[in-house]
Amino acid sequence: MLNMAEIDTTETTPPLTQKRAKAPLPDSPILLGWLRQMMLIREFEVRTMQAYQNRQIGGFCHIYIGQEAVAVGSIAAVNPDDPVVLAYRDHGHALARGMDPKYCMAEMFGKIGGCAKGKGGSMHMFDAEHYLYGGHGIVGAQTPLGTGLAFATKYEDEVIGEGKSDKVTLCYLGDGAINQGAFYEAMNLAGLFDIPVIFVLENNRYSMGTAIERGTTMAHALHAKSEAHGIEHAIVDGKNVMNMYQDFKPIADWCREESRPFFVEAQTYRYKGHSMSDPRKYRTKMEEEMEEQDDCIASLSTFLQEHHDVEPDAIKQLGRQVKSQVRQAVEWSNQSPETPLDELYTDVYTDVWGPFKGTSKPEMLQDENE
Amino acid sequence: MTVATKERVIEFRDALREAMSEEMRVDKRVFLLGEEVAQYNGAYKVSKGMLDEFGPRRFIDTPISESGFSGMAIGAAMRGLRPIVEFMSWSFSLVAADPILNNAPKMLYMSGGQFGCPIVFRGNDGAGGQLASTHSWCVESLYANVPGLKMAIPYDAYDAKGLLKTAIRDDNPVFFLESERLLSTKGHVPEEEYTIEFGKALIRREGTDCTIISFGRPLHFCLEAAEELAKEGISCEVVDGRTIRPLDIETMITSVKKTNACVVVDQSWPFASVGSEIASQIHRYCFDDLDNHVHRVHSDDVPTPYAYNLEQAYLPNSHKICEAVRSATYNI
Repeated sequence: MLNMAEIDTTETTPPLTQKRAKAPLPDSPILLGWLRQMMLIREFEVRTMQAYQNRQIGGFCHIYIGQEAVAVGSIAAVNPDDPVVLAYRDHGHALARGMDPKYCMAEMFGKIGGCAKGKGGSMHMFDAEHYLYGGHGIVGAQTPLGTGLAFATKYEDEVIGEGKSDKVTLCYLGDGAINQGAFYEAMNLAGLFDIPVIFVLENNRYSMGTAIERGTTMAHALHAKSEAHGIEHAIVDGKNVMNMYQDFKPIADWCREESRPFFVEAQTYRYKGHSMSDPRKYRTKMEEEMEEQDDCIASLSTFLQEHHDVEPDAIKQLGRQVKSQVRQAVEWSNQSPETPLDELYTDVYTDVWGPFKGTSKPEMLQDENE
Repeated sequence: MTVATKERVIEFRDALREAMSEEMRVDKRVFLLGEEVAQYNGAYKVSKGMLDEFGPRRFIDTPISESGFSGMAIGAAMRGLRPIVEFMSWSFSLVAADPILNNAPKMLYMSGGQFGCPIVFRGNDGAGGQLASTHSWCVESLYANVPGLKMAIPYDAYDAKGLLKTAIRDDNPVFFLESERLLSTKGHVPEEEYTIEFGKALIRREGTDCTIISFGRPLHFCLEAAEELAKEGISCEVVDGRTIRPLDIETMITSVKKTNACVVVDQSWPFASVGSEIASQIHRYCFDDLDNHVHRVHSDDVPTPYAYNLEQAYLPNSHKICEAVRSATYNI
């Protein structure tokens, strides 16, 4: 319904706080897969911090430790070809989406083997094979893009394909982005045009050093933000991957089926600072310790041992696997050549003119095409 | 000069509409969105009647939400659709600065060649007529600074159609700057299919004494000035750059090497402008050919005034251009 005149205004106010039945939990191999992904992300981020301190990584670098369940649980709830677009705390989502950690690490090392040939860095992870449309550095900028990706999937299916819209776009944002005008414009357009995008708010309670209640109105009732645009809202437990998945899956299915947007507030906590340079003076050690007791990896690990008879050794084995995988990613990134200076003038335009040399795909995509 | 095979004369706005309609007919990935484009038939009637042909799914009225709908269109372009975003005025694009400058032109680079952005942003640029300073923006100098985008400024109906078709087919973001003051002007536009390659300047008048370089609406004043100066025995060559990115500096250099004098007419402000860039390049490449420094005519370095007399005094006009040419050619 892209024409405003065709919209019955009584229909743009959906029932706003629907209860949805939780999706069933998948079998233990899938759960073990989630555990492995979360452990991989955490290990990856630990090594990222080391590499940053060793000055192998420059610029701004935002660590995802503590929030792994949000990316893993929500991405597990959609199809591999559903578009995903991110803010700048994006390493975890890239790995959860399937990017090989070596391309992610090499990107931060500024090497030619990086997912964007070292041109984007930590905040800008792109992966066309996995329908990952980038991390985006400007707070909230990804929200109109997410609306546009979802607009496009619907247009492709319905206008070009003359069928039914069957994709849903995940658009992640932090709680700092809920104060950006772009986000409200994105929600208004998504609500108005029936665009199947899920705004996944990762509410880790701090936008940089500003606690959420210091930065936004209605911090205790964020549903008001989306309801103003006729968009349904749900709070999900972003600290537990099973809860995250079980509540997120029915929402994603509904958005896909009904071609409607949604605002999901995943309540979570980042264990580390906003970026690598953040001394975290704005919160107490006690608060951090309390939050870390409710840890997504520990809780799934315990659940698997208690309910699926997974042996502690099997989990230790996973730990060894991800350590080895990340160590290899770091080694690979170290060995990947510096991005050649020739690359300065590629990818500016698709065509060749003046000093511009056209474009070429990163190694990551060349590998996968073989 | 361009050759119209049939002497069909249409308005500039009709030429823009034909370009969009023809491209939309052959490529379903092309769609248009903007304020009042569909049901209202376009604030300036450029898109009149197109809703009837293409329907509301491809011809989309947006709310007044430039940042939102520009960003949305860029997201769609990342998936390979080819949106045309109409800004009622380029002045309003300023609230969409982040998506149009930070996302569209940089996406290909930041993604290491993975995601391009085949999108056209188009609309009225420059002073309309007593619209005062917030509604009279000439964005060319401001935006041309950004690598990754292309920029075209058509002067007549023929170029409006040919350049816009090229813009829509381009795989890169194109900023297409029209002038409200030109929309009703008429020109020859053939029935047959044609496009105009970017980066190819056009000699609109040949001459031997001074090269006048400009883009878009000020070309009208350049041609007027050339006519006036001809009566004084000063022969001007008027070069229409057509596109700013890519810039056809070669054609400009060739002309200046012939005339040994150059005036650049740029309707944006003088400081750090398209005019200053072209003057700099001409000085560099024609250092030994110039009999005088490159002269420049711009809008005055003040916010655009409302009062009629002040606005007229502020804008480039043929009188100012004549003065600049006389000075550049030592005919004072």
